[in-house]
Amino acid sequence: MNASAPIRNFSIIAHIDHGKSTLADRLLERVGALSAREMRDQVLDSMDLERERGITIKAQAVRLTYRAADGRDYLLNLIDTPGHVDFSYEVSRSLAACEGAVLLVDAAQGVEAQTLANAYLAVESGLEIIPVLNKTDLPAAEPDRVAGELASVLGVDPTEVIRVSAKTGAGVDDLLEAIVHRLPPPVGDPEAPLRALVFDSYYDTYRGVVCYLRVRDGRISTGDRLRFMAAAETLDADEAGVLTPKAVPVASLGPGEVGYLITGVKEIDRLRVGDTVTRADRPAEAPLPGYREPKPMVFSGLFPTDGDDFERLREALEKLRLNDAALVYEPETSRALGFGFRCGFLGLLHMEIVRERLEREYDLDLVTTAPSVAFRVVLPNGSEREVRSPQDLPDEAGRLEIHEPILRVMVITPADYTGTVMELLQQHRGEMSGMQYLTPERVELDYRVPLAEIVFGFFDQLKSRTRGYASLDYEPDGYRRSDLVRVDLLLNSVTVDAFSAIVHRDKAYHYGKRLTEKLREVIPRQLFDVPIQAAIGSRVIARETVKARRKDVIAKCYGGDVTRKRKLLERQKEGKRRLKMVGRVEVPQEAFISVLQVDDD
Amino acid sequence: MTTDGAPPPADDPGLSDAAAGMVAAYVHVPFCRRVCPYCDFAVVAGREELAARYVDALVAEIEATPPLDRPLDAVAFGGGTPSRLPAAAVSRVLEALRAVHRVAPDAEVSLEANPEDWTPSLAGALADAGVDRVSLGVQSFDAGVLEWLGRAHTPEQGAAAVAEARRAGFRSVSVDLIFGSPVESHASWQQSVAAAIGLEIDHLSCYALTVEPGTPLSRSVRAGAPSPDPDAQADRYEAAWEAAGAAGLQRYETSNAARPGHACVYNLVTWAGGEYQGFGNGAHRHVGGIRSWNVRRVDRYLERVETGGRATSGEERLDAWGREQERLVLGLRRASGAVIGEAGSALLDSPEGARLVAAGVLAAGGGRLRVARPLLGDAVARAVLGLDPPDPSAGDGTLRAEPREPAG
Repeated sequence: MNASAPIRNFSIIAHIDHGKSTLADRLLERVGALSAREMRDQVLDSMDLERERGITIKAQAVRLTYRAADGRDYLLNLIDTPGHVDFSYEVSRSLAACEGAVLLVDAAQGVEAQTLANAYLAVESGLEIIPVLNKTDLPAAEPDRVAGELASVLGVDPTEVIRVSAKTGAGVDDLLEAIVHRLPPPVGDPEAPLRALVFDSYYDTYRGVVCYLRVRDGRISTGDRLRFMAAAETLDADEAGVLTPKAVPVASLGPGEVGYLITGVKEIDRLRVGDTVTRADRPAEAPLPGYREPKPMVFSGLFPTDGDDFERLREALEKLRLNDAALVYEPETSRALGFGFRCGFLGLLHMEIVRERLEREYDLDLVTTAPSVAFRVVLPNGSEREVRSPQDLPDEAGRLEIHEPILRVMVITPADYTGTVMELLQQHRGEMSGMQYLTPERVELDYRVPLAEIVFGFFDQLKSRTRGYASLDYEPDGYRRSDLVRVDLLLNSVTVDAFSAIVHRDKAYHYGKRLTEKLREVIPRQLFDVPIQAAIGSRVIARETVKARRKDVIAKCYGGDVTRKRKLLERQKEGKRRLKMVGRVEVPQEAFISVLQVDDD
Repeated sequence: MTTDGAPPPADDPGLSDAAAGMVAAYVHVPFCRRVCPYCDFAVVAGREELAARYVDALVAEIEATPPLDRPLDAVAFGGGTPSRLPAAAVSRVLEALRAVHRVAPDAEVSLEANPEDWTPSLAGALADAGVDRVSLGVQSFDAGVLEWLGRAHTPEQGAAAVAEARRAGFRSVSVDLIFGSPVESHASWQQSVAAAIGLEIDHLSCYALTVEPGTPLSRSVRAGAPSPDPDAQADRYEAAWEAAGAAGLQRYETSNAARPGHACVYNLVTWAGGEYQGFGNGAHRHVGGIRSWNVRRVDRYLERVETGGRATSGEERLDAWGREQERLVLGLRRASGAVIGEAGSALLDSPEGARLVAAGVLAAGGGRLRVARPLLGDAVARAVLGLDPPDPSAGDGTLRAEPREPAG
């Protein structure tokens, strides 16, 4: 390894399925002169290493040594952007560690909204962009058309677009040369006080929190006493190193270098992504720009189906949080569902991932209430209060105004679907702020839409209206005052708090009607009639009834086969375990998310 | 029991509970002219050439089985279609039972028959052989319903068979009806019930058409054919028992009604948790606290018995709590209900039991529990099976069962 070799730091920006990981594999293989088989072997070695040294290899920032056509060796740091993100803040941290970005676009699919959003982010961050078309070997590839699209949206010269096939390896050498020659080297002052940006971190069972960082100025050495500026923590650098992708400890990391740092800290929220690391004995005057507290945007109640699992749920959340600083939770009590937690997530994707991990990895059977957003409520005395759960909304006399979070939403759609997408956005109370044709066939629509509307099934509706061709990206864009009301649901004349939702007044009637209809479909018939009512305050706006079950008996004789009948009953009994008792009514888990589906017309 | 010598009504609690001390034998006859599309019993069609071998095997199994400690109070020939057997074959089986297992002089000897088989000579020969009760698979008096059910007889044949059974002098004549097929109307059902009652029968069974997995009916329902409507079935159930009750047929179990003295003894034994032997393919028995069952396929049954092997293919032993739960589940099928006992107390103390009482489904009184709304009987049964044992040492109601061979 040649520490004095010129450095190039870059990320790959790509839409899911556009071939990012295949291209990364190809670069590793080509540069490291490793075969695919050897790469696997190396990963296996790393796993042995992991057992010995207790560090998990997560190739989040890989250092590659590349001998370029000019005969010189270059250190290439490939910095991964998080694969699943709700908001681009997470991506922006990775980009902040780079000087350039490879914008990878499927030559058949074309540019997608999230790719474009991230590309804009990269341009805004001053990164040099290398546009690359992937999958040019496919018969459906239209490299000329897609290159034109890139030229039109990013203003790049179509002749600068590199054409590769990550699958076959074609064009990868051109790309490596472009990385070396088009991307600027990092600049930094080795003599200045240390400033390094933490761009990612994860929790390792043996070593505690492992941070990935990028050094701007100064040097970071094993044994240094370090200061995490935003966290206000002073910690020792137990080990600094680089990933090749093996974890290799190094004596120090200088300006422009990318590597990992272990401090022995066990709690991930003590070392936040975006923080600036400096030296305790010679601190920098100001941190690097851009640190933001991860802010939960979407809230949902998680309740164990079996009340006895409450402690297990608490333990599972504690463990998940070790590796997920953005997850927040606090105990919540629901009259209908008992004891659970109100959890805050970065977005819907984050919520989905957490719920799935709780059920799969921790074997929990959960009831999830419909997601809500954080409303700001102005009280009669003029003070403001954040309301994260519909049940906390003061009644109309107890509030002056409600403000709701707004998103800036970008949709890229085939032009044929423009009308239906605009209609959908309008239905979701969207306000158009811009529209542009990327090409004659593809349109970018920019809207401001309440987050609460996006939370309620918007993505699925967008996909179904455009047969999956539209893509979506969104960013928080402040708050807006709205005429909102809380719609409550009464089951058997008792309000079930878990079904309450805050919706726009104009949509309340439709919402209540659809919700009661939906619940009538999913709630099984009981021993008595169950009225289902939607109400605003004391005013009932919709009503349905689940008629009492009349026949629940297999009347035939089984010729003395008592065993069979009992087994049948046992199976039915197991099925009933998945029902949650709400007052006197048995409610299936799916009912609680049916609130989400009320707009699926 | 009544004191004036007249037989007790079919739903008499004393009669129900006394059956726990009686013993019975079930004889399975798998042969059918054709297999009805809703049927999932252990039956075969068009294999009458096996009948002689089958009867030999039945006799061999009967002779190889140790008798219970008292003479049989009831013998039931079920199927399949027992009327597919010649009367001489039935007679041979009965002789073997009398010789090895003893049959009480006043025992009920019951046989299921289909109208299309029911000739005066067969009826007479069966009566001579000692059969004193016949249960006719009439199913409906509506030609359209019979056709939909895949039955081989007409409404007229059904009525004629009942009249013939009366003439032949059977002590008890019963009719089976099935309700709730999609082609049946409420009026058509009422007419079927009235027609059966008008034939002056002693016993009436009304079964709701059930879509059993693996049957042709189940396949056609999955493919989109209409399935029985539970609400319509509930209406028909209520209408049937109202009409039967007015005619002196007292409902004594979920699906069965009888005149006083004509409750089916074999069924009373099974619901009271009494012991019964089972002979033939797929037959079930309950002996010495163990429930066991024979191989289901006719050919396997023949092979096993002919080679001197055991016909049994699986068994189940419940622990004390499991048996107590089962006692209550079975007992609650009867209109007379069951003695409350440990499981009944646990049920009444449970939240689910309280809900069932509040909904008027379950009623307690006179030391007994009853299902007051029999159409919701399975809700009660599930609640009983969900109860934890009051004493942890009594076990958790789980069972051990040997694997059962797949349906043949």
